[in-house]
Amino acid sequence: MSGTFVGMPKFPVAARAALEDTQLRHNLAHATSTIRGKRARLVDEVNEVSSWEDLRLAGAGVKEAALLSLETQLLRLEETLTANGAIVHWARDAEEACRIVATVATSHQVDEVVKVKSMVTQEIGLNEALAAAGIAAWETDLAELIVQLGDDLPSHILVPAIHRNRAEVREIFLRAMKTVGRPAPEDLTDEPAVLAAAAREHLREKFLRARVGVSGANFAVAETGTLVVVESEGNGRMCLTLPEVLISVVGIEKVVSTWDDLDPLLRLLPRSSTGERMNPYTSTWSGVTPGDGPQEVHVVLLDNGRTRALADQVGRQALRCIRCSACLNVCPVYERTGGHAYGSVYPGPIGAILNPLLKGFGVDEQTDSLPYASSLCGACFEACPVRIDIPSVLVDQRAKVVDAHRDSRVPKVEQLAFKGAAVALSDARRLGFGERFTKVGLGVARRLGAAAWTSARDLPPAPAESFRAWWKRTDGGRDESTKESGR
Amino acid sequence: MKVALMVTCINDALYPETGRAVVALLRRLGVDVEFPAAQTCCAQPMVNTGYLDEAVPVVRTFVDAFAGYDAIVTPSGSCAGSARHQHSLVAKRSGDAALQSAVEEVSPRVYELSEFLVDVLGVTDVGAYYPHTVTYHPTCHSLRMLGVGERPLQLLRAVRGLTLLELPGADQCCGFGGTFAVKNADTSIAMGTDKVRSVCGTGAEVLTAGDNSCLTHIGGLMTRQRAGVRAVHLAEILASTGSEPWGERR
Repeated sequence: MSGTFVGMPKFPVAARAALEDTQLRHNLAHATSTIRGKRARLVDEVNEVSSWEDLRLAGAGVKEAALLSLETQLLRLEETLTANGAIVHWARDAEEACRIVATVATSHQVDEVVKVKSMVTQEIGLNEALAAAGIAAWETDLAELIVQLGDDLPSHILVPAIHRNRAEVREIFLRAMKTVGRPAPEDLTDEPAVLAAAAREHLREKFLRARVGVSGANFAVAETGTLVVVESEGNGRMCLTLPEVLISVVGIEKVVSTWDDLDPLLRLLPRSSTGERMNPYTSTWSGVTPGDGPQEVHVVLLDNGRTRALADQVGRQALRCIRCSACLNVCPVYERTGGHAYGSVYPGPIGAILNPLLKGFGVDEQTDSLPYASSLCGACFEACPVRIDIPSVLVDQRAKVVDAHRDSRVPKVEQLAFKGAAVALSDARRLGFGERFTKVGLGVARRLGAAAWTSARDLPPAPAESFRAWWKRTDGGRDESTKESGR
Repeated sequence: MKVALMVTCINDALYPETGRAVVALLRRLGVDVEFPAAQTCCAQPMVNTGYLDEAVPVVRTFVDAFAGYDAIVTPSGSCAGSARHQHSLVAKRSGDAALQSAVEEVSPRVYELSEFLVDVLGVTDVGAYYPHTVTYHPTCHSLRMLGVGERPLQLLRAVRGLTLLELPGADQCCGFGGTFAVKNADTSIAMGTDKVRSVCGTGAEVLTAGDNSCLTHIGGLMTRQRAGVRAVHLAEILASTGSEPWGERR
């Protein structure tokens, strides 16, 4: 079974280890630049006939409108789902949601479920909870299967095994498939088509046997009581159609008001995630259809910190996220550290803001380190299909992290330093006085406190005088007696 | 037009020649630029690290220093971005209505150097001569926060003697990111190393940008690696003439 992120160190520590993984660096640089190129071409293509920016505005607008009327939308969703024959459950947190899923599965006396790739079930640790209840949860998305068989952790929202190469995948399949089901063929090569075929055989056995399927949902339409899953492989559709019972765990932020609201979102999502005009499989289901597909349909509507996020005036825009992972693919930090360094199933720029929103500030060091895991370059905001201004949220969250520690009995060195800087920088005379010692300061920095800087970078030489001192001495260069040429 | 130079704290303390280059350049273009001596810092280091309360007195000093000017010119896309996009947040945090209205008054008048030259003065050929091979890194805040776009390149293309080489992956962050450079030093260095690799691959002798903060980071990596490329602020290249060269070897 997969591991968990519990107990991960804070970002700079985890990143340091990840940066040393040359295979990871190589895989990520290759994969992210390929997908960036594909996405960019499709954005250009949209711009040739209409406007990508208008599409982004439409997508953001649909999600924002639903969030601003969340209670109404959710009650309506419950009503329409129920009318369609689905059973709706409400879960306050991960524990409640896992208990509901386990109870439903147990009531059908099963010891296994098949799973559609879903972020939310990873967020709540469903597989581990089901395992504790004696139920095996089989991941059926190819990349999630690789992660699960490798007893590994996902490192990307869309491509969770992005850190693995095909030789490693072959080795994992040979070693692990036989322990949980149909073994990989002994002559397995590392050809992608051969690996996919082995996964297909391995999974088919599980699809045909499983009586209970578990999914998330990309969208939930309040108007029609419809859930939507967008995927590439068709394995999701197997789980959504073959079992007798289907349990879908849906974050409450997934709701949109009307069927038409899906229009911009279904155009934005594949272009932003896989760099395709359209994803191969879009499955929609509205409760139970007699004689067709699962005859018992459960929907677990999950909060797990989302109402906390909704109360955050700056951060709530993160709930617009449609989990496309465009922000991961353009992020220069993610490209180098990979996803594990973020210590969460939600890595990258969106993870850096979403985790603190869901968990709170000043609660644990690891979560508090995430808003700082960015150079604020802004590439994520530029790429986000629903216009989440991630850099602004990061800056706001840094203030929330600092504020959460303001009352600590022992102030951090950093806090004292910034308090000192505030004093020096709020009066030009104090700053001018300090600048006389720039050379001394840089010298001290070189020898002592600036190891983080100087480990790989030189500090610049100190100038003979500050700009301020030059201006004063030469009357802004107008005093001819002090005139000198530039350098 | 009453024009102030906002030199920025890093240029004031570490790169006075960049400030002097802006003065020389603007005077050559007929602008009588003033240096309000009360200025200190734009407060970005505090804001971007989360110390909003500590940023309040610094922003107050900023608006006091620059009140009454028609244009405030700065050789930094990042500091211009801070003034234009973050000062209002700090003022809001202070709860001081007077500070909020002062910020509303001052911050839209802040221009990054290339914006001031191209948009306000309407020049792209500033009469510069710089006989070197140069590549240009568009720093993230200039590129994405301010959207300076082609302006610096238009200015560089008009410089006589200058050979401009395209930087591959130019829009990728160099990894400076303010306190990110020390809080996440390893990641910052990894990003910077890739940037240096791109810069060196161009074969340029000089790397230029509109921000000395990013150039301190990339330049610091380059000198440590004896890379053979020097970092020179855009202002110094634009100030340079045959009789008064700037941005030469140190």
